[in-house]
Amino acid sequence: MRSRPRWLRISNGGLLRLRRAKPGASPAGEPRWLVPFVLTCLFLLCALPLISLAKAGFSGLASGHSIGVLTEPATYAAIRNTLITATGGMLISVAIGALFAFAVALTDIRGKLTLSFAFMLPMMIPPQVTALAWVEMTGPASPLLKTLGIAPPLGSPQPLYSLFGISLLLGVQHAPLVFLALKAGLSASPRDGVEAARLSGASPFRVFRDIVAPLAAPGLIAGAAIAFVSGVGNFGIPAILGIPAGITVLPTLIYTRLASFGSGTFGEIALISSLIAAIAAMGLILQQRALSGKDYRIIGLSGANAAFSLGRFRVAVELALAAILFLVLVAPLAALIASSLVPAYGVPLTLKTVSLRAYEEILFRQTMTLSAFTNSLFLASSAALGLLVVAVPAAYLMNRRKGVLANTLGILIEIPYALPGIVLAVAFILTFAAPLPILNVSLYGTIWIILIAYFSSFLAVSLKPVMSAFLQMDPSLEEAARLSGAGFFRRMRDVILPLVAPAAGASIILVFLIAANELTVSALLWSAGTQTLGVAIFNLDDSGSSDLASALSVLVVLMVMALMAALETLANYLPEGVLPWRN
Amino acid sequence: MAQLILNHLTKDFGGGRPAVSDVSLTVREGGFLALLGPSGCGKTTVLRMTAGFEQPSDGSIDYGERRLSDAARALPPEKRNMAMVFQSYALWPHMTVAENVGYPLKVRGVSGETWRRKVGEALALVKLTDYAERRPAALSGGQRQRVALARCLVTSPDVVLLDEPLANLDQHLRKSMEETFRIFHERSGATMVYVTHDQSEAMALATDVAVMSEGRLVQMAAPSEIYARPEGTVVGGLIGRGSILKVPLAEHAPRALAWPQLREAIGSAPGVGHRRDVLVRPEHVRPDPLGMALEVTACVYEGERFALTLALPDGQALKAFGDTAIPVGQKANFAVVSGWRL
Repeated sequence: MRSRPRWLRISNGGLLRLRRAKPGASPAGEPRWLVPFVLTCLFLLCALPLISLAKAGFSGLASGHSIGVLTEPATYAAIRNTLITATGGMLISVAIGALFAFAVALTDIRGKLTLSFAFMLPMMIPPQVTALAWVEMTGPASPLLKTLGIAPPLGSPQPLYSLFGISLLLGVQHAPLVFLALKAGLSASPRDGVEAARLSGASPFRVFRDIVAPLAAPGLIAGAAIAFVSGVGNFGIPAILGIPAGITVLPTLIYTRLASFGSGTFGEIALISSLIAAIAAMGLILQQRALSGKDYRIIGLSGANAAFSLGRFRVAVELALAAILFLVLVAPLAALIASSLVPAYGVPLTLKTVSLRAYEEILFRQTMTLSAFTNSLFLASSAALGLLVVAVPAAYLMNRRKGVLANTLGILIEIPYALPGIVLAVAFILTFAAPLPILNVSLYGTIWIILIAYFSSFLAVSLKPVMSAFLQMDPSLEEAARLSGAGFFRRMRDVILPLVAPAAGASIILVFLIAANELTVSALLWSAGTQTLGVAIFNLDDSGSSDLASALSVLVVLMVMALMAALETLANYLPEGVLPWRN
Repeated sequence: MAQLILNHLTKDFGGGRPAVSDVSLTVREGGFLALLGPSGCGKTTVLRMTAGFEQPSDGSIDYGERRLSDAARALPPEKRNMAMVFQSYALWPHMTVAENVGYPLKVRGVSGETWRRKVGEALALVKLTDYAERRPAALSGGQRQRVALARCLVTSPDVVLLDEPLANLDQHLRKSMEETFRIFHERSGATMVYVTHDQSEAMALATDVAVMSEGRLVQMAAPSEIYARPEGTVVGGLIGRGSILKVPLAEHAPRALAWPQLREAIGSAPGVGHRRDVLVRPEHVRPDPLGMALEVTACVYEGERFALTLALPDGQALKAFGDTAIPVGQKANFAVVSGWRL
């Protein structure tokens, strides 16, 4: 006779170990503290800053100290400039992004992976570096143009210090967002649908007009909306291009107000960031209206790319795409490198004058850049690792639980995702300006406030790869482990964590990549000794040391490329959709 | 002696009709119960409640003297000493075949030589000894199925649950896996609960078949019993092939009907008497020179015989088997040797 199971032998104690649960609930099997822990973290990171922002805004209005900001001509000018540059940037993003998306997703051009990878780079390169590179490419002092002998005469204006310049660079920076949204829509478009249209007698052009374009519309609209919202909240580009020309947009207005600190400042910046949030929300509402009635569920085979054969035009299209990439990526980066190699400002770059002095300066002499390196590496690695502690349990709960809890978590996570970073930064200033209750310690002015703001800003970035890993994991893998006798921590260690590990790795690298180069949040929150790499580049450029700023930017770009390459080597182990430049 | 007892088991997910409603049944120790029913009938929910993944809204599940689940409490799955073969097999892709099979042992603190010996035995039983160091991704569907089975085998669980384990396999593999399950059941002596929508699988494997429909238990009996004496049209239509005829019968007519009664009932004029459902198995419709002349409306060659469809005088269809082809439209004499009033 077979031996009877262990737990049957425990005659009385066993029953006490039964879990008490609500009638009809599913036995979840996770420790009791998990749900409160995740909810508390998400409340502190997502809801609390927004509540302080609303409170400061209202009290600013009520006390009358800050209400003046809403009637100042400077504010109106900033609103107008924000709307112009964000809309202009959106149009340019849509033009470039759509061209690349259609070419990569629908045609038979060669080198798609390389093209996608190169096209995604502008999004990964921090905006202040993009702006700096373009300034170095186009102005009368451009070492690259001087070396080539085509620089405009000294004293002629820098063409990018204008509304058009800001729009153009916002467009270049955010074109990858349109590309991603549209490509996602197009790669879901059914190959058999296109083939059926061809067999029905439609020419390639008609297929494009009647089948592909309507199916691509939702992706295009969504991409345009993201580009617009990102343009509204961008700080790096208008800071470098707008401030020298006296062009103020809402994010730079907050920056200058905070620099000239006064009694009503907190109320004022709360109101200005509310304006930014309102404009962003307006863009998203427009998107909703444009999208309504356009929910085309794909039926039948999808995923397979519908290939249009370009025939003899293929080489022409490839050349055009390469030319655009050269203009928006290669030339500015070349200019940046050239600027970092000149011995002094204004000296033309030749084989004789080339010098590594700038690198030597920032790596070995300047304490400011050295502490910026230390700060950014600390902030980025702490945010990347620390966020996993919240992201993994949150993703686990959102996938395992249905109903109210999952919905609440989803809404909390959406808040920082939908808000421009500058609004979040202001919210954090307002939350932590006063000393913490009970502890009586002020975080304002320390590196910790930047870290907390990073936690909030990059929660969505960290969560996404982990979430897709959980979504693609068969829930019975965990159930099988439970029936094998493994308790919560045991099956976490043996089954769940090994399976989400590659996605968690991608999440760490992505958060690190973005956080190490971030400017918007730290520009508002830094103080002496806590400057980040983004702030260092901005300050060096602001103080006229464009050679040092360029050298630092070159190092930053190299780091970005190295991290993207690291992600690329992980690619085969990652769930689909984690790496934006891959299909 | 330990029986698995479901007592007025109910599960309401909160969307109108309860998924499982008032199901009471007892699986005797070492029994092999097949839960049979169309998709959405609640059979998988019963299985998941037994495993402990869902908690009942009402009623209880007991194993022998021990309460496993009721509406207030549930013993977590990891403490039930049960095992399950999932429809997707649920093999952990980051572990080798041996690690997958040995994981329940590892959790119970078994290691070293004992671990190797027990895993080796389990793999030998499913004939996968040579595959111990491979990853599940390198196996075929049938091999993965056998790994999942070996994982159930290794700890001698009290109850083994199988959730449509053959649904993803092709016809040929199904037959050989059925044989493996039968051997597995004999060797392990575990109580087994097997969920399927395929009645031939259920009949071939189980000691008892429970038919569910719309969340309720309709009938539970041994396979031969449920085939010969089904209760109601749901079971009659689901088990085996057969025609359900509506014929006039007296109120107290016997359940088992012979040819004279059937002949009278089939031949009577429409509109006469109260009509009742009668199940007629095709093997009980036989060519008979003294039988009734019925028109053949379809004749399909099935290899070992011909499947015929006959039209009764009032137009109802009757299935029959024949040894020779009969041209469609031709009449032939048939007798119905027995029928079963549902």
